[in-house]
Amino acid sequence: MTAPAWLKTTGFYTLVAIIVIQALFPFYYAVLTSLEDGQALFDVNYLPAVFDLSNYRSMLSDGVFGKQIVNSVFVATVTVIISLFLAITASFALARIRFRGRGLLLLTILSVSMFPQIAVLSGLFELVRAFGLFNSLWSLVFSYMIFTLPFTVWVLTTFMRALPVEIEEAAIMDGASSFTIIRRIFVPLLWPAMVTTGLLAFIQAWNEFLFALTFLSTDAQRTVPVAIALISGRSEFEVPWGNIMAASVVVTLPLVVLVLIFQRRIVSGLTAGAVKG
Amino acid sequence: MSAAPDISPATARASARTSRLSRERIRSAWLFLAPMLIVLAGVALYPLYRTIWFSFTDASLDLLGEARFIGWRNYLEYVDYGNGDGEWFGLLADSRWWRSVWNTVWFAIVSVSLETLFGLVIALVLHKKFPGRVWVQAAVLIPWAIPTIVSARMWAWMLHDQFGIVNDMLQRIGLIDAPVAWTASPETAMIAVIMVDVWKTTPFMALLILAGLQMVPRDMYEAARLDGVPPFRLFRRVTLPLIMPALLVAIVFRALDALRVFDIVYVMTPNTDATRTMSVYARENLFDFDRFAYGSAASTLLFFIIALITIGFIYATRMNLEGDER
Repeated sequence: MTAPAWLKTTGFYTLVAIIVIQALFPFYYAVLTSLEDGQALFDVNYLPAVFDLSNYRSMLSDGVFGKQIVNSVFVATVTVIISLFLAITASFALARIRFRGRGLLLLTILSVSMFPQIAVLSGLFELVRAFGLFNSLWSLVFSYMIFTLPFTVWVLTTFMRALPVEIEEAAIMDGASSFTIIRRIFVPLLWPAMVTTGLLAFIQAWNEFLFALTFLSTDAQRTVPVAIALISGRSEFEVPWGNIMAASVVVTLPLVVLVLIFQRRIVSGLTAGAVKG
Repeated sequence: MSAAPDISPATARASARTSRLSRERIRSAWLFLAPMLIVLAGVALYPLYRTIWFSFTDASLDLLGEARFIGWRNYLEYVDYGNGDGEWFGLLADSRWWRSVWNTVWFAIVSVSLETLFGLVIALVLHKKFPGRVWVQAAVLIPWAIPTIVSARMWAWMLHDQFGIVNDMLQRIGLIDAPVAWTASPETAMIAVIMVDVWKTTPFMALLILAGLQMVPRDMYEAARLDGVPPFRLFRRVTLPLIMPALLVAIVFRALDALRVFDIVYVMTPNTDATRTMSVYARENLFDFDRFAYGSAASTLLFFIIALITIGFIYATRMNLEGDER
């Protein structure tokens, strides 16, 4: 190997190392902190020094945190199921049937996904109160549709368009109804795309903060992001950083695992949602 | 076209059947779209309309039902004190509002520029083939998957003035002499917020740019390599123009996202003039200061700013939404 090539390789792998370290270090440090207690918390460590699970024990034994995790799982799951159900039929219509106003409709749906959440906050607050949903998890299931629905419709439409026309022609000639075509032909073909979109929508719903902060008012109803944001001490010096980091690790770990398993799917779903526009 | 004279009865019947079929299909299209459209109207259009309406009223948090129309007074109003003296009131005369507009714009410009730059570097690295590439890509994705709130708190801890590891690192390599109160002092609060946002959203940018890179045909590089074009020239003359459309879409998506930033600021630097953004300002007025109508006015303005940018973008790029005739 010549010297410049050798140098180039080293430089490249140094860059790769920097990229990996900056991406992983904050989470690594959160795990490290979550395993420290008492005085150990206030000494800066770069490598694990102690292994103490008391932060996790105190988080999980307090009861409310467990309930909050259940809340988050419930809201994200129900939101994803409803949006996928509404989106699959809608995107069939948008991808496979030609009708006037289709382009305009897609444009409208796309622009809804760009809505700043704060712009609908006052109106949604009024609606939520009018339906008696204030401090109910259903207020979140409803309001999260504003970002999961345009996203799932958009991505599923792109995926469905990519399928060849021939696959449904035979079914149309046999006189199958559109609903049968969706159920028998598209759902089986599209389930990988649905898993991807569902996963991305799940992550969005799991991470949402503004609506959850506004529409829920009691500790037992809150979702985890709000719970973590609101953990504080009586003074600046009593903030329980160990507990905060333990809670953070608990809510993040499932997502990290999902990312590792579904990496390729997530990448294809994210880019389908944006680049192909 | 179906009524051509020399058409045989059989074909005529067949084409009548097709057009009936296609009419049925169009009807079913609207039927399929209806539930989705109703939900979207209920969750987006109606609330938006109400927000705009509230911005022209004197609504307060507990008396939404008794809101009265007061015109533009939440936006701008001149109060005459009677002695030839007077003062301007309302959102457009509120220096705190303009400060948060400026904060938001500044935040969006700096963070999106940095994200584009770093995203480009990471995408170029991931575009190369090397052992372990898949694992590097997985690692890059992790900041994106971590909830914003969690990243904000993780970084707040790392940036802690007394026990934070960032101060420790910087002191060890001699970049700073004394610990910096990153989130607390007005000079550095915005830097801290931007740092977290860049860390969290660069992966998204990198992925979108990478997708653009992968659409560039390989033989293009092959030809350039055979002609002996230096790598930087190749990047500037071939790669960059070809990925420009993908890059632009990514930048606009991120910019629209950055203009509505709320979570990071709310959690990391609460109640600071130095970082208050438009969204934070609006929510503060809506729910903390009991100035519901005034907060709605701020939300409305934010909406129109973002809408203008979006429309401009769609018009400028003439997005092909029909998805056919490519």
